[in-house]
Formats: sequence, structure tokens, C-alpha cells
Amino acid sequence: MLISYAFRRILGAIPTLLIIITLAFFMMRIAPGGPFDGERRLPAEVEANVLAAYDLDKPVHEQYFIYLGRLLKGDLGPSFRARDFTVTEMIAAGLPVSIRLGLSAITIALLLGTTLGVFAALRQNRPSDFSVMAIAMVGITIPTFVTAPLLTLLFGVYGVNIFGLEFSLPVGGWNNGALPNMILPVTVLALPQVAIISRLVRGSMVEVLRSNYVRTARAKGLSSLRVVTRHALRAALLPLVSYLGPAIAGLATGSLIVEQIFGLPGIGRYFVQGALNRDYTLVLGVVIFYASFVILLNLIADILYRVLDPRVRYDR
Amino acid sequence: MTPVLPAERAGLVESAATVRGRSLWVDARRRLMRNKAAVASMIVLGSVTLLAVFAPLFSPYDFDAIDFSLVQCAPAWWPDDSVLCRADGAHWFGMDAVGRDLFVRTLYGARVSLAVGLVATCVSLLIGIAYGATAGYLGGSVDNLMMRFVDILYSLPFIFFVIILMVIFDRNFILLFVAIGAVEWLTMARIVRGQTLSVKEQEFIEAARAAGVGPWGIISRHVIPNVVGPVIVYVTLTIPAVILAESFLSFLGLGIREPMTSWGVLIAEGANSLQTSPWTLIFPATFMAVTLFCFNFIGDGLRDALDPKDR
Amino acid sequence: MAEPILSARDFHVRFATPDGEVHAVRNVSFDVQPGECLGVVGESGSGKSQLFLAALGLLAANGRTAGGMLYRGQDLTKLAARDLNRIRGARITMIFQDPLTSLTPHMQIGAQIVEALRAHRKMTRAEAVRGAIESLELVRIPEARRRMRQYPHELSGGMRQRVMIAMATACGPDLLIADEPTTALDVTVQAQILDIMRDLKTKLKTSIVLISHDMGVIAAMADRVQVMRHGEFVESGTVNEVFYAPRHEYTRMLLDAIPRLDAPAGPVDAPRDGSAGHRTLLDVRDLKVHFPIRVEGWIPRYKALRAVDGVSFTLGEGETLGVVGESGCGKSTLARAVLALLPSTAGVVLWCGQELGQADREALRRLRKDIQIVFQDPLASLDPRMTIGQSIAEPLRALVPDLGRETVVARVRESMLRVGLDPAWINRYPHELSGGQNQRVGIARAMIVEPKLVVCDEAVSALDVSIQAQIVDLILSLQQRFAMSMIFVSHDLAVVRRVSHRVMVLYLGRIVEIADRDAIYKDPRHPYTRALISAVLLPDPAKSRVRLRAPLPAELPSPIDTRSALAYLPSKRIDDPDAVQYVPRLIEVGPGHLVAEHDPQ
Repeated sequence: MLISYAFRRILGAIPTLLIIITLAFFMMRIAPGGPFDGERRLPAEVEANVLAAYDLDKPVHEQYFIYLGRLLKGDLGPSFRARDFTVTEMIAAGLPVSIRLGLSAITIALLLGTTLGVFAALRQNRPSDFSVMAIAMVGITIPTFVTAPLLTLLFGVYGVNIFGLEFSLPVGGWNNGALPNMILPVTVLALPQVAIISRLVRGSMVEVLRSNYVRTARAKGLSSLRVVTRHALRAALLPLVSYLGPAIAGLATGSLIVEQIFGLPGIGRYFVQGALNRDYTLVLGVVIFYASFVILLNLIADILYRVLDPRVRYDR
Repeated sequence: MTPVLPAERAGLVESAATVRGRSLWVDARRRLMRNKAAVASMIVLGSVTLLAVFAPLFSPYDFDAIDFSLVQCAPAWWPDDSVLCRADGAHWFGMDAVGRDLFVRTLYGARVSLAVGLVATCVSLLIGIAYGATAGYLGGSVDNLMMRFVDILYSLPFIFFVIILMVIFDRNFILLFVAIGAVEWLTMARIVRGQTLSVKEQEFIEAARAAGVGPWGIISRHVIPNVVGPVIVYVTLTIPAVILAESFLSFLGLGIREPMTSWGVLIAEGANSLQTSPWTLIFPATFMAVTLFCFNFIGDGLRDALDPKDR
Repeated sequence: MAEPILSARDFHVRFATPDGEVHAVRNVSFDVQPGECLGVVGESGSGKSQLFLAALGLLAANGRTAGGMLYRGQDLTKLAARDLNRIRGARITMIFQDPLTSLTPHMQIGAQIVEALRAHRKMTRAEAVRGAIESLELVRIPEARRRMRQYPHELSGGMRQRVMIAMATACGPDLLIADEPTTALDVTVQAQILDIMRDLKTKLKTSIVLISHDMGVIAAMADRVQVMRHGEFVESGTVNEVFYAPRHEYTRMLLDAIPRLDAPAGPVDAPRDGSAGHRTLLDVRDLKVHFPIRVEGWIPRYKALRAVDGVSFTLGEGETLGVVGESGCGKSTLARAVLALLPSTAGVVLWCGQELGQADREALRRLRKDIQIVFQDPLASLDPRMTIGQSIAEPLRALVPDLGRETVVARVRESMLRVGLDPAWINRYPHELSGGQNQRVGIARAMIVEPKLVVCDEAVSALDVSIQAQIVDLILSLQQRFAMSMIFVSHDLAVVRRVSHRVMVLYLGRIVEIADRDAIYKDPRHPYTRALISAVLLPDPAKSRVRLRAPLPAELPSPIDTRSALAYLPSKRIDDPDAVQYVPRLIEVGPGHLVAEHDPQ
């Protein structure tokens, strides 16, 4: 039964999350320096007050439990650096940006990557296969912080002449998610995933096309289109479902760079700043948020896998 | 067909000349050599390594020597004349924004990046093999537990943790290796475990047990030689991933510290001055891209050579 | 003579491989007449499958054909894809050897048949569904309507093959090509499938091309026969001509090599110690091997899979016990439990009076020197990265560790000679040898420690018929020389008959009959034994065609369901899948002849 499986997995996710929170918490505390070191020295009582207000004067393990307690109530605590904001507010502000970015990127990556992969597999070992795979190789090996400035230069600064129309893309700023501002960042973010997905799908498709049941489908006199779409595609895309989790992880990593370069007010930028500034609560908040998201996603991917592959549906 | 010899030809037993067999490794090597892309990659990679190792011999300049008069100028063959370096010295790649010779810095960057790649991969190899082989061989609930742990770690935003680590230990060079290696060992462990499990199911393992071979014997003589193949393939694919990770960290400002340099640092610097001096980005980026390509081609070639199915 | 359905003229199939060109089919010409069954028989590598894959345009990408393959005058190899698709699946259809991997796993079987119908005929969905159900009923699948919604992995092997046949005959083809359709199936299931095929041939007037390496199957089904070897036809004729008066020496060799149930059983050399009192070496008492199977649900529950469920027998010096049964009967599990490769759940195994279950390391080591095993798949049981010399030496090195290197090498060579391998090959690797040669390596490895008991687990089942005969001869001669006992596990009743002194028949982990060899084959008492024996197809057209009509039992039911084991004693059965059921006793019906209780048929 799928439901019992899902239930068990959700139960199993809770200790996972707990471990992650604990690890992150103590790692941040180990770091030398505190959140207020960069500022001018405050007089002693003021400093003591500030520390007390943030519970920093208590022993570390006590701080831990206070934090957990607040967490259960959904309170991620105040940001240590941006005094007027709580972490929750900051995440809420940055979340829509990152989500729009990430969602667009993964959609493009999936669609384009799958198409390219299937195309290459159908033309296996012919020139079109090699060229697609070569482009994929490029996408994988060139890091985002190289493609970003390159594309910016090409399309943003110098501009491009298409069909007699001069146009150039904005090189930074979010502008409330206006489409022209989204194009470059999403492209840069999606490229490596397009490459990886197309390689993955191609490999899987090649193998499925060699299988016995595809041979049977052909022997039944079905058209090539039908053989590919009804019989081969579904099995070939199965590994893609398992890859969803790592794909999102890759996008998150990439978004750190992209948000930095293009100046987008997303969560990734908060994270890097927070890590550098020892803003404990912010960093923790982002980590927890992200980890829960990934765990949820893995669960969904797992269930999806079982739905799609009837063989796995029956618990072995 | 085999000549069926009568069992009593004792004399033949001693004097028979033996025929050399053709092991699977030999077969694989032959297939690898036929793969033109892989062979070309090996040559290019070898050249880059030589250049990196013997870098000082190739240029009279030090990698951190600053020449204030020649800041940010292009090499002699750059199309735009206005930014050329005019000195007599051979600054083949031009100078960077601070006034250092880019050619030497690129080569030194090669040293560091390649070193990080190798060392971090070794770290991940050691941890991953030990962990994965144990889990795969012991199987059952121990394996379950160990792999659950890996699953937990996998779902972590691990690069985030590396960042935290780097911040904590203040960009210690050694720790960079360890941190990156600690990220990659997960996949290595998974691969080793998967291979171990599938080897364990093979009939020849059962045959070895029936022959009275103990667990250590089975692991060392049967499991490991059969697991080595995919591990090697994965190692060649891990190195570029590590180099990328290092460059990523350097870009964020968390990687190699001044005055040492790596490709990541150079690329970050180059990306900053892309509009004014594109050559500062192009050279290190090209070197890194080419090196990563080579590793990928070699890895693909190894994979096809060791496990030949129709490409 | 009417116009042939399929005509091949000077047909060639070549493959371009990195190691050079492989000429799989050479200059083949034949006709298939309407309404006939053409049998194509050959061993592995003969090219028989490739020939027909090429005819239907199903070759791998690196294959090329030359010559003509005409269907009603049209050359199939020269047709455009769209025209070929009109013929494939509708006028000429093909079924394959492994029905599990040949059916799309994520589509319901009903949908797969409906798809075939709608691709070739203008039908509404409802009509196609009705057509599909009809075709399922034609292949005698019970509860056809319910089965339409099932997935391939939910059906047994025999059912799946029937589904494939239904799918292939749904459009009423002129020609059905069957590539080793029953090779992966149990012998009783095989008989059912072949019967269905013959039935369809008459009803739908479909011609059949039956490709097989099994001469018995060919004798039972074919009207005309082509014998294929190394890509060429070496003999052709009617089935009677080929089987009763073969002209080519290869055909004769093939027919001679097959062990036959109706030939007089050669005397299996009596145990050395012929007279009474040859001592009992192995004593197995009520052996049980159960595996826990996880059952779906909120709370983890486990049910027992009773692979071996109370087996007792003894084995004397120099004696061979044949163990037969179909898939799932537990014979391989039994073999491994005797060798202590698997832990047993209950029962006792005594070797030379010593109990094995409690053995410590030292005792286990001595045990391994006395009992060895030869596996089914010669290539899979050898480590591909070790030379055959190293593989053969392994038991010696592990069990007699104090031997010097020179001695070991000498013993390896000796062992190789004994099994008919050239000692010069000591440094060769398994992938350089053929299947038969690799099996000799397996035997050499088992024999090198001069064991007192050798377990052969389907040791010849994966080999070609001609090689099978050689290996069986080898095993017999070795047994003679070394006075070994043997447990010979096989599903092939004819081979077991050749080598065994006594035969034990297993069904779902229990003994249903055990007796001397002659008694079992001449006077089988248990209905299951009778079914098994009658299902064996003889390479004799007249006899095997009659046998196809014998009544046959249902397929092997679920082994977790406790009612399954009482399939032959339904009167004592409690109708609850989890209840502890009655255990049928073994009744002595003759000297040394035990039969499990069963209801009269």
C-alpha cells in the first residue's frame, strides 16, 4: 500500500531533520567569532544586555533547547544582523524569488533535457547524437560563474541583433520578476541541469530501446512514434525521477552564484551573507527550510517512482 | 574443440608449455586505446600536467611578482591594439588587473586545482570504498542502517555545510581538500556498495564459499578486483567535479587564499573584469574547461572499455 | 503446391562488430507452406534466431541482410517502414523466448493486446477489448476479463507466454514465428503451450515456424524440419525423414546425443561396493529451509516461504541420487542446504555420522573437502578476473593450505587432464573458453580435492545437447574412477534417468515419490510424477505427438499459501491460506519405493 509506505517515510524523515538541525546548530556555534564582532565595541552592560536579549549568554546546550522549543512553534528567531527582521520574515521575502527562479529553471531543464536526450538516443551514434552530447558536455564542465558573465556580455552589454531588431537583456536586478530580467538568470541556472538530464535520458533511452519488450512492440507492427511514446519513454524516464532530488540540490547550489551575480534578492544570497557574518539564526533558518524541502521532495520522488513502476509497487 | 586426452598421460603434465591468457584488463585496455577521444584526452591532460609541474621552467616571471607599469594589458596577439602590453618581455597571456603575469599564474593555478582534485578525490575514495564495501558486504540490517545514514547526508544541502566549514576553519588549505572530499564520498560509497552487492550475488562467490574460502579471502580475491572497474571510472569523473567545487568556493570568496591561486580564483577575478580585460577570464577558463573535458572523455572511455555494451 | 507464405532465397545476415564481421546466416533458402509447421532446429550460435529476426526487420543496428525474404511475393527486407509495419503484427507475428522481459512491464496485458488489434484493424475500443478477451480465452486463460487489467509480473511464466500467443494471434496472422517459446518454461507448462499452439494452428489456419534447440519439441510439433548449423541449413525434410532417416552426420550426432526415456536405460554402474552393506554417507532427516517473506501492511509481518519443507533421505557410497522437480520445488535449495551454503531452519544433516548444523570452523573445513558442488551456469560460476588455473586451485588452496606452490600447480594440471582439458590452457580466462569447456573447469575445480560426494546442480542444463552428452559421460566416468556419491539435481528427466541409481521427486519442498530409477520410470505411482513423465517430449514424432494429448495439472500455485502443498490431497485440505495444514505421509508401496499420500485420480 502506498499510503503506509508514505506514512513510514514521513515518520523516518523526522529524525533526519532533527539530526540536520542539530548538526547545523553546533557547527555554527563552533565557528570562531560571534555575530556582533564586526561592530564597534559596546560598553559592557549594553553588550551584556544585547547578548542576553539574544540568549547568547546562556550555555550552548541551553541555547539549543530554547531554539528547538521556538522551532516547534514555528518561530525561527530573529536575525542577528538585520535587527529589525525575524528570520521568518527574511525567508518569506526571499522565498518567492528563489522559487520562481528554481521552478522555471527545473521546468526548462526537464523539458529541454528530456527532448534532447530522447532525440540523441533515437539517432544513436549518428552526427546529431554526437553534437548533442558534445553540447551537453560543455554544459556540464563550464561553471555557472563563467557562463553568467559570458552570457551577460553577449546578450546584455553588447546586445544581439535578431531579425533586424536590436535588443539586449537587463543584466541585473529583480524588477519584481519581470520576464526580461528572468531570462538570463534562469538560462544560466538551467544550463548545467539541461546537460546532465539530457545525458541521463539518452543513456537510459538507449538501454530501453534495446530491451526485449521494445522488440516485441516493434514486432507487433506499431509505428515508431507509438513504440517510443507508449512503450519506451515511460521506462526510460524512470531514472529521471530518482534524479529529481539531486537536481534540486544542484539548482540550489547554482542559485547561490546566480543570485549573487545578477543581484537577485533570493534566499541564496541571504545564506552566503549569513554564513560570512555569523548570523546564526539566519543560516540555521535557511538550512532547516531547505533541508525540509529536499526531504519532502525526495519523498515525493520516491512515491512517484513507485507509482510509475508497477513492479516496485508490491513490497518485495 | 578440446582434445579429449586420456587421463594417464602423466608425462605431458610436466612438460606442457603454457599459453598466455588474455585477461579482461588487457581487453579493456585495447578497447580504450581504440577510443580516439579518450586517447586524445589523455595526451592533452598529460601535457597540461607537465606544464603545471614544470611551470617555473616555462616563464621567467614569478606568479606573484607585480609589475606596476604593466597592469591589465593584453598579450601581443590581441586584436584590440589599445590595451596591448608594450614591454619586450613575453607576457604570452597578458597581465591581470594587479599586474601579474597571467601565463605563470594560470600554470600555478593548474597546480593547485589539479592537486585539490587529486587529493580530495583520494579522500573521498578512501572513505567511500571503506564505507561502501563494508555496507555492501555485510548486507542486511547493517547495510540498511549505513545507507540510511548516507541518504540523510545526501539530502543535506551539503555544499552549504562545506561553506560553513570553510567559514569556521577560516579557509585552511588542507581543510579545503578534506571538506570537498567529504562531500564526494557519498556517491563513491553508493557506487561501491552497489557494485559489492551485485558482485555478492554472483555465482562465483557462492562457488568460492563452497571451496572453503573464508570471508576475508572472498573480499580480497573476488569482491575487490571486480569492484575496481566502476570505481576507477567514477574516480576519473569525480576529479572534475572536485575541481569545479573548488572553483565554486573560490568564486564565493571562500576558497584558496591569496597569494596562492587556483583556476577558480583566476576565473573569479577574470569574471569581474570581463568588460575591460576579457583575456583574464578566457585563458584560465579555457584551461579549466579543456581539463574537465579531458577527464570526462577519459571517464566515459573507461566506462565503455570496462563494460562494453553497444554505445 | 500452393504458393508459399514465406520464401527465403540466398539469404545472408552479417554483423559488423569491432572484432570484425560476423557472418551469422549464410546462403539460406527455404519455403514455408500455408498451414504447415516448419521446425528450425540448431544449437546455440547456429543463427536460427537471427534469421527470423532479420526477416521481420528486428535486427540490431549493426546487422545487414542480403538476398530475398519474400512474403506472398513482396520482399520484406526491401519494404519501407510503414509497409513493413502493416505486415508485422498482423500477417506475420513473432513470439519470443522470455515472456517476462518481452512484455512491456508498465502496461496492462489487456492494453497490450488491444493495441495490437487497433493498430491493424479499424475497431472501436469496445470492439477491441472484446476481441482481446476472446483471444485470451482462445489460449485458455481462465477469468480472461479480470486478467485484462493485470500487469505482466503478476502472472506466472506459462500465463505470460499464453498472453504473448494471444497477442500474436489476435489479428489472425498467416504466419507465427515462435522463437524458443517454451525453453524458459517447466515441462508440464511446455506441453500446455505447445498444445495451445497446435490448436490455434488448426483453428486459425496459421502456419508456424518453430525455432528450438529441443528435438523433442520439434518432433511433437513440426511437419517439416530444417537443421541449422553455423548459419547454414545442413539438412531438410519432413519430420519423419529427419528423425527416422537422418542423412547428415550432424543431425545424426544430435539425435544420438539426446538421452531418451524410451530407450533402454543403460546400466548405471552399480556402486563399487555392490553387495549389501555399502555404508551410508549422508543422512538427511526432516530437513526444512524456510525464508521469511515480507507481507504488505502497516505493521511489518512475515510469512514463511517453505522452500524445503521436511525432506529425508539417505545416500550411500558410490550411489547417485537424482533429484527432479519443476521450478520452485526446492531442489536447488536442498542442494545448497546439504552443502551448508544455506542455513537450514530445522532438521538434521549427518555426514558420516557427524551432525553438520553444529559444525565449527574446523569441522566445516573437513566437510568442504568431502562435499563439493558443480553449478549450472559455467560462466557465472567462475570469477571472470581469475585464470581457470587459479579457479581450479582455489579449493585446494583454501582446504589444504600447506601445499607448496609447485604441488598445487601439478595437481591443477592433473585435474585438468582428468576432465579432458589441455593443461597448457592453465592461464586462460573463462571468457576465452566455450560453455562446455568452462563446465569442465567447474568439474575440475570440484574434483581437485577428491571429494566423496559431488552435488551437481543442473550441471548440464545450460549446455547444448551435443556437449551435454559429453559432460554427462565425463561425470559418469569420474564417478566410476573415484567411487564418488552424487546428488544430481535436474529438471530434465531423461538426463536424470541416465545417471541415477535412485530418483527423488520434489513438489513444493516435499518428497512426493522416491524409488529406484527403474521403478520410478516404469511404475510411477504419484500423479505428479506421472504428469512429469508424460509431459516429456521424445525426439520421436509418432510418440511425442500422442503425448501432447495427455491431461495435465494446473500450474504451480503460490508457495506462501499453505494450501498449495496439498494440491494432490485436497480431501485433507483446510481452506485457509495461513492454517497449519496436514502433512501427507510417505507410504511404502514397494521395496525402497515411497509415495506421498494422495487422493485417487
